[in-house]
Amino acid sequence: MTDQPAHLIVESVSRRFGNVTALDAVSMHIDRGQIACLVGHSGCGKSTLLRAIAGVEPIDGGSISIGGRTFCGPDTFVEPEHRNVGLMFQDYALFPHLTARQNIGFGLARSSRAERSARVEDIIARLGIEKLADRFPHMLSGGEQQRIALARALAPQPDVLLMDEPFSNLDRSLRETIRAETLSIVRALGITAIVVTHDPEEALAVGDVVVLMDRGRVVEAGPGETIYRAPHTPYAASFFSRINRIPARRAGGRIHSVFGSFAAPDKGSEDVKIFVRPQSFKLNGAGASAQVVRRALLGEIEELVLKVDGLDDFVVMRTSVRQSVNVGDAVLLGIEPDEVMVFPAEPEN
Amino acid sequence: MACAIAVLALLPIGTIVLTAIADTGALWNQILAHVLPQAAWNTTLLLLGTGIIAVAIGTGAAWLVTAYDFRGRGLVEWALLLPLAVPTYIMAYAYLDILNPLGPVQGVIRFVLGYTSPREFRLPDIRSMWGAILVFGFVLYPYVYLTVRAMFLTQAANLVEASRTLGVSRAAVFWRVALPLARPAIAVGAALALMEVLNDVGAAQFLGVRTMTASIYTTWVVRTNLPGAAQIAVAMLVIVIALILFERWARRNQRYATNAQRARAMTPQKLGPLPGLVALFFGLFPILVGFVGPALYLIVAAVKRLEFAGFSPALLRATVNTVTISAFATICVLICGFAVAYAARVRPGPLTAAFSRIATLGYAVPGTVLAIGILVPVAAFDRTLDAVWRSWTGASMGLLVLGSGTALIYAYTARFLAISAGGIEAGLSRLPLSYDHAARTLGQGPTGTLVRVHLPLSRQALIAAGLLVFVDCMKELPATLLLRPLNFESLATLLYGEAARGTYEDAALAALIIVVIGILPVVLLGRTARRAKLPN
Repeated sequence: MTDQPAHLIVESVSRRFGNVTALDAVSMHIDRGQIACLVGHSGCGKSTLLRAIAGVEPIDGGSISIGGRTFCGPDTFVEPEHRNVGLMFQDYALFPHLTARQNIGFGLARSSRAERSARVEDIIARLGIEKLADRFPHMLSGGEQQRIALARALAPQPDVLLMDEPFSNLDRSLRETIRAETLSIVRALGITAIVVTHDPEEALAVGDVVVLMDRGRVVEAGPGETIYRAPHTPYAASFFSRINRIPARRAGGRIHSVFGSFAAPDKGSEDVKIFVRPQSFKLNGAGASAQVVRRALLGEIEELVLKVDGLDDFVVMRTSVRQSVNVGDAVLLGIEPDEVMVFPAEPEN
Repeated sequence: MACAIAVLALLPIGTIVLTAIADTGALWNQILAHVLPQAAWNTTLLLLGTGIIAVAIGTGAAWLVTAYDFRGRGLVEWALLLPLAVPTYIMAYAYLDILNPLGPVQGVIRFVLGYTSPREFRLPDIRSMWGAILVFGFVLYPYVYLTVRAMFLTQAANLVEASRTLGVSRAAVFWRVALPLARPAIAVGAALALMEVLNDVGAAQFLGVRTMTASIYTTWVVRTNLPGAAQIAVAMLVIVIALILFERWARRNQRYATNAQRARAMTPQKLGPLPGLVALFFGLFPILVGFVGPALYLIVAAVKRLEFAGFSPALLRATVNTVTISAFATICVLICGFAVAYAARVRPGPLTAAFSRIATLGYAVPGTVLAIGILVPVAAFDRTLDAVWRSWTGASMGLLVLGSGTALIYAYTARFLAISAGGIEAGLSRLPLSYDHAARTLGQGPTGTLVRVHLPLSRQALIAAGLLVFVDCMKELPATLLLRPLNFESLATLLYGEAARGTYEDAALAALIIVVIGILPVVLLGRTARRAKLPN
């Protein structure tokens, strides 16, 4: 895979709306058959990038190519209808005047009638949506519409499938099932896909590659595991979960904080912060003395808010183990050194 | 294309101004001294009077059907729109005969009061300023009724209920809350009604009121003084622009108000049998005067005429002419309207927005003014073409654009483009942009997207706009009078000609046809208004 050039190449793409820079020299490489997740807060440019790849949004600079064909460049602009990309919308954008089957066949206008109907029936069978095929969009539930939209995007056998918040309009209970189903279909077809989402958990669950964006730039890109466990930036570290920022000091190959010290490579500044995710605390081992301020049950996990001696801010810990502590109790609070991240103490961004 | 349409729409207005300043000598002085002051004074009086009557009836009726529930309210609510089906000139035409000293109404009054001859008792002559004001007021109040009613439906509930809890009595609510609330809507409706007054040429002439529009017509047709007519037209444009600005200003307030609250209709107060009857009477009165009276009269007169002379060939020709040219014009208006609206969708930006603004200016320009603006360049074009043709072949080809009715279709297009562009734009704006993007990524180019997605999905808007435009073309009188080919009669000009000659022959039938077809868009309007009332 590594000797081949990437399937989808986005090279320093820029897009401005008036004074607002929506995309600021964004670069991204996605290999064939990978599912990439574009994630970031709303307004970070992820949807703009997706639309630029689809060709429905012009770009001001940079280049985009898929499978070796350049779609956008200094002198090139391939119209969206000639790119062979599939685009799925948050609102599904099913044409209300066409039945589900006609919607699915919409992108096959250039095929012969026989070919088209064979292709449509094939995709209908593959997704198991025979019962929905003759209904109009307004007669379908949200989940059903989502499947028709997926079928419509897949029918023309696109080189890349682009999905803009494809699951965010679904009920929580339905979302995970449909997500799993959708991804297994996409993987079975071996299609390169980009999923845009604002949900960090979804990004980690879905993407072979996670691309984190902030204010028109790519902050970090890589496998979800890496980007979660060993982020290079404070922004990436704090994007995927709540973070407790603990002041600390680097000296003699170790990091020292109120929770004690642990070994760390002796490079970088002396003044540091350690980033501790709520689940990286442990109770009643060695550590700092603390007092339980608040306690809340969040379903399967439990959240404790604690006041730690020597720290100004409260810390938040989450655990799936039932704790026998009450508000007001004094405890010893420690950290899992393997799971904490160390960043320079200077202001973030 | 949108650019070309904008240029074509602007051409008549530019021409008028140029023609008017081309001759600034003695003529202008003469017009300034003898024609304009009288005409301007008459027009001002007429606008003021009509405005007061239309606002009083329109606002009162809107409040009546919003705040009170009585037997027959549903019927009244819809039927109050019916006068929209009656063009001003038909209203005047009908009442001239109804209120004739020897006509039915005065006859009944004399009979009741025991007089035997018109010499002993007669009503004041309707052919006067007050007659014109009443005629215009009763037929144009629906513009105010429509806008104010919409305002009450979407705005009133919360504010009225809040004011009641703050100690305002039910009776005082109208003056203290509803009326101030409705002010922007009243302004918008009144501006629309007054534009109709400015547009009218028939009614004013029948009723003997020398308005500016009528003066333009006579200055041109009778005195064949084109620069003079253009100069009066420029003066009228000033009034029109003032009205447009007034309307825009009012609308801005309205938009602000619409954002402020959530739409919910107020619960009307149920009236007992007797007060209910009174309310019903008040609700029916404008309908009787503005629609039922003239319609009944037209039916009676038409039946008499049919029994006496049948459906004359001239009337048949006029009907065919009217339908043909209106159909052509409607197609033309729809295409242009779609082009303007579509350009604004596909390439949104200040440029396309400006195009659609300019292209739709024509709705405010009175037909007479527009006709002059079109006649000048078109006649010049025709003459040049004819000269070129003659130098080539030696034979004259006549006046191509004027003679074929193309100029008339141009005028209809310029005047009614706003209706189609507005309607289609509203229809298109309901289609999310993701439809466009979906179609494009599924292999359709811009044209394919238009044909396979936008057109089928905006079909209803297109049909509705087409219906409105068709009926408006059919009713149109002033521009048709001035730009029609020789010996071409539409239903409206046939009626005008007969009324002007005082020969009441086929006119009633022609008027009846116009009114009956004119009811179609009113039905449509009533339906959309009712649908707008329901949530979603």
